[in-house]
Amino acid sequence: MKHDGRFGRYGGCYVPEILVPALEQLEAAFLEAEQDPRFAAELQELLTTYAGRPTPLTRCRNLAASTPARIYLKREDLLHGGAHKTNQVLAQGLLAKRMGKRRLIAETGAGQHGVATALAGALFGLETEIYMGADDVERQQLNVFRMELMGARVIPVTGGGRTLKDAVNEALRDWTASFPDTHYLLGTAAGPHPFPTMVRQFQRVIGREAREQVLEVEGRLPEAVVACVGGGSNAIGMFSDFVPDEGVALIGVEAAGKGLDGHEHGATILRGSHGILHGTETLVLQDSDGQVADSWSISAGLDYPAVGPEHAHLKETGRATYVGVEDGDALAAFQALAQTEGIIPAFESAHALAHALELAERADEEMVIVVNLSGRGDKDMAQAVKLLKGAEA
Amino acid sequence: MSRYEEMFLRLKQRNEGAFGAFLMLGDPDVATSAMLLDALVEGGADMVEVGIPFSDPVADGPVIQAAAERALAAGVRVDDCFGLIAQFRAKHPAVPVGILTYANLLAARGRERFMSDAAAAGADSILVADVPSLEAQPYAAAARAAELDYVMIAAPNTPEPVIRRIAELSSGYTYCVARAGVTGTRDRLALDHDRLFALLREAEAPPPVLGFGISLAEQVAEALESGAAGVIAGSALVRLGADADALRELVSAMKGATALPGSVRESHGHLA
Repeated sequence: MKHDGRFGRYGGCYVPEILVPALEQLEAAFLEAEQDPRFAAELQELLTTYAGRPTPLTRCRNLAASTPARIYLKREDLLHGGAHKTNQVLAQGLLAKRMGKRRLIAETGAGQHGVATALAGALFGLETEIYMGADDVERQQLNVFRMELMGARVIPVTGGGRTLKDAVNEALRDWTASFPDTHYLLGTAAGPHPFPTMVRQFQRVIGREAREQVLEVEGRLPEAVVACVGGGSNAIGMFSDFVPDEGVALIGVEAAGKGLDGHEHGATILRGSHGILHGTETLVLQDSDGQVADSWSISAGLDYPAVGPEHAHLKETGRATYVGVEDGDALAAFQALAQTEGIIPAFESAHALAHALELAERADEEMVIVVNLSGRGDKDMAQAVKLLKGAEA
Repeated sequence: MSRYEEMFLRLKQRNEGAFGAFLMLGDPDVATSAMLLDALVEGGADMVEVGIPFSDPVADGPVIQAAAERALAAGVRVDDCFGLIAQFRAKHPAVPVGILTYANLLAARGRERFMSDAAAAGADSILVADVPSLEAQPYAAAARAAELDYVMIAAPNTPEPVIRRIAELSSGYTYCVARAGVTGTRDRLALDHDRLFALLREAEAPPPVLGFGISLAEQVAEALESGAAGVIAGSALVRLGADADALRELVSAMKGATALPGSVRESHGHLA
């Protein structure tokens, strides 16, 4: 390896020895691609003409209108595929082609990253297989169909707790035997080096655009940038270009689920402890022996018991702060945005929005807040019907 | 001299390869697990490898994953595992015991404390499946400080500089994997180990013991012929569940195949 993939004491590359050559090849290909103007041009063209970048920065006209705050939404929900994930699956897909791979594998929770990977597989002509917890396959038939429609095969995972983390385990096991012809398209800025660095670099376009856009409309930098954190890819993509701007507060919002005092949440940074999971040293929800706990959230994208190592580091250095938003508050923000702005956010993004609303309500002077609206809420409709109509009944 | 060194010396005098038997500690529960460990020795295992169950075992195939799940479902804790090792050590003072586990269990207990608790229980070595040579230095140092052998994995695709690093950091034996992929039984071994064993010898790495996919007595003999100092069977044994008789029998058949040409065992062992 050229780099150790460390963010302070977090990160690294904790995989079985036999998998190291695959990660070395990936690091080399990534570093080479970063220096290659042809790769940049090809990716840029895809992001512009296929995915629809740049995405707009929308000022909320009604939401929080009674407060001194102005909330801006970075509209990753308008990206092709409906979420920020498209940014990095296109980049990793290109990289897989460059490495001469013929097959993609990926893990997925509720199916969003699976759908994104299937899209890349179709576009680049790569055979695509998606590992998905058996229970999730049952619950998310529509996303399973989407993946299949784009030519991917969905493999139900019956081991362990049959959830996202078990799907990651299974994808890693597959890759251990298949890496000569297969690229593992990991879905977030976690996992072994070089994934956390690579995924950040492929997602930082979000923050780069947002920073330019807010400077243009406001003539100054915002007081706060807010993004939800599951594995942490949309947040790290949003934060990275703002890190040197010390006056800008970077706030990551974790799923506090049914409350931080219980066990049903996904707040790894707030409630986790030092550990090593899925190839990286980071914060992990676990028991005192180190057995990994199941996380919980109404939003599948925040339902992960570890977090990207760079977030653990940003928390430790104090450059970013992390807060929790409970299911109910996220759901209220989800409704508020729909009702006041005509935008239906993903449950994940609604967590970030809920915290931005709280900041706005507490503000006693002018304040500019940029929220990463990482995805659209169409995928959450079935659950929203259950939660909202169910509550009325 | 360490228990591994004594074992390899003893076997060399008898002209035999080492047979290592793996079981998951606490599978299906603590009491049964203790009984099954004894059966390994009764069947003739030269060295015993034990897994400490982890919730997310990425290097393991379905059989060993299921064993870890059963142990965890039975409420087995890391302390219970050290208890089982201590019990085994009291009964079988000469048989080397190696721990196979995952980094997060060491992170949770504290790496140094995990190593010294393992040594105090009577373990001889530790292999951390998700710590590659890149990250191994502090683990090897902690093992050395606790007087445990630190065992590392080498594969046919392991490059030469990594082999040298393994030679430098590890002791006890070198866990060689028979193929790419995770643990589990296969009918045929992909034996491409001549180069690997030669590189390990040249680098003066600890003796190569071949694991991953050893399930038949014939494979034991093949592995030893290709230059391994021993073999480890895991999934094939774990698959037998709590049947101590079947376990004893399979271990005995596999141990029978460790005879090298000219040994006493050869007459009733496997003939290539």
